[in-house]
Amino acid sequence: MSIMEYNGGSVIAMVGKDCVAIASDLRLGSQALGISSNFQRIFPVTDRVYVGLPGLATDVTTLRERFRYRVNMYTIKEEREIEPETFAHLVSSTLYQHRFGPYFIEPVMAGLSKTPSGGFKPFIAATDLIGCLNFAKDFVVAGTASAKLFGVAEGLWEPDLEAEDLFETISQTLLNAVDRDAYSGWGAIVHVITKDKIITRTLKGRMD
Amino acid sequence: MSQQSAFSSPGFDFSNSVRNNFLQEKGMPLPKATSTGTTIVGCLFKDGIILGADTRATEGEIIADKNCEKIHYITESIRCCGAGTAADTEFTTATISSNMELHSLSTGRKPRVVTVMTMLKQYLFQYQGHIGAALVLGGVDSTGPHLFTIHPHGSTDKLPYVTMGSGSLAAMAVFESSWKPNMERSDALALVSAAVSAGIFNDLGSGSNVDACIITATQTEMLRNFVKPNERVEKERHYTFRRGTTAWKSENIRDLIVNEDITLVGATGDAMDTS
Repeated sequence: MSIMEYNGGSVIAMVGKDCVAIASDLRLGSQALGISSNFQRIFPVTDRVYVGLPGLATDVTTLRERFRYRVNMYTIKEEREIEPETFAHLVSSTLYQHRFGPYFIEPVMAGLSKTPSGGFKPFIAATDLIGCLNFAKDFVVAGTASAKLFGVAEGLWEPDLEAEDLFETISQTLLNAVDRDAYSGWGAIVHVITKDKIITRTLKGRMD
Repeated sequence: MSQQSAFSSPGFDFSNSVRNNFLQEKGMPLPKATSTGTTIVGCLFKDGIILGADTRATEGEIIADKNCEKIHYITESIRCCGAGTAADTEFTTATISSNMELHSLSTGRKPRVVTVMTMLKQYLFQYQGHIGAALVLGGVDSTGPHLFTIHPHGSTDKLPYVTMGSGSLAAMAVFESSWKPNMERSDALALVSAAVSAGIFNDLGSGSNVDACIITATQTEMLRNFVKPNERVEKERHYTFRRGTTAWKSENIRDLIVNEDITLVGATGDAMDTS
């Protein structure tokens, strides 16, 4: 079994109409043994940027701190908040720096980027464990249930979903995919990011 | 004592290697990175070079990205197609592109394709094939049009028509049957498109759309998604769920709009002294 599957867990992000959503399950395991049903895998970066870190749990903690440090340094140096596109490149270069001794994490990013006219544009991205960026226009997935998530998301996602509809679509996609993955599940959390609020909901999921 | 730099030193960081090697010895295989099991091609024609690429990125048997960009910018008149480990092609071309910009700034000349080729091969040779980038480099400079292939170990070829990646055999079959010297621009573009299409349809590692890039002495034309033979048909039904379908346990709404109530202190306040 691969190191990527040691602790389990999956993350998905989707684009909606002037909003984005990012969701993950809450399981932390030690191979087949469940350890926690409240493991945080998605972290806020700025008000309107979130990052999900599925993979080896020790690296979730390490990278979370590393990104927090680098984002803080960026904010101080630039005297402004980091944009999601910039953050994606920060994540990518941090991971590629460890090309020959990687962190076992496949980050997923979701956020709203500022447009020159003062509006907000949805942004999602994912990278592999050595930092190859994937900017998708619809959805991105990662983690032990990624193969299942790809399939369900491909069927359920459609363009221009309103925040509430996007919540239903991402929630159903995640729950149905992780139900077919032994290493993911044990509850789920969804964040829907809109221009003026962030809706966070914990979902009822199968506990087996 | 001098302050430690807030930023890490340049180059690769091997700090996780001991741990990762230990895990590998425990029988845990290292996971696969995204690879571009690709079809990339390039050919010479009357006025310059045409590069072509498919747009599929794979992770094992999963298609990770259905429309990625494999023709990378090096300079205005030099471009590079990448196959192999996706992160490696992305970062090597970006590094060399950045170095070429600095190089042209310091020499005051437009960079030559041989310079880029030499820098790429020396970089890749230094890493003894561990950086898995297989490249097709093409461009036009003061010495004319040039087309190269660069292998992950640093070996290079200079040929009038080239293919690389998992779809290289399918694409080369097309070139071998139809390429002629001094082709017209439209014929060459159709040939490149046919070669990439052969890869898209006959190689499982390649798919989706055809990207092309026409480089001549006077201009560079990037034709992103030049042919889209695999457009997804619109869904016949919608699969939106009725609101309230998903049961949730708790909700937290973080309001990003900051409301401020200003309470004036003092009766009326004195007018600002503007004398």
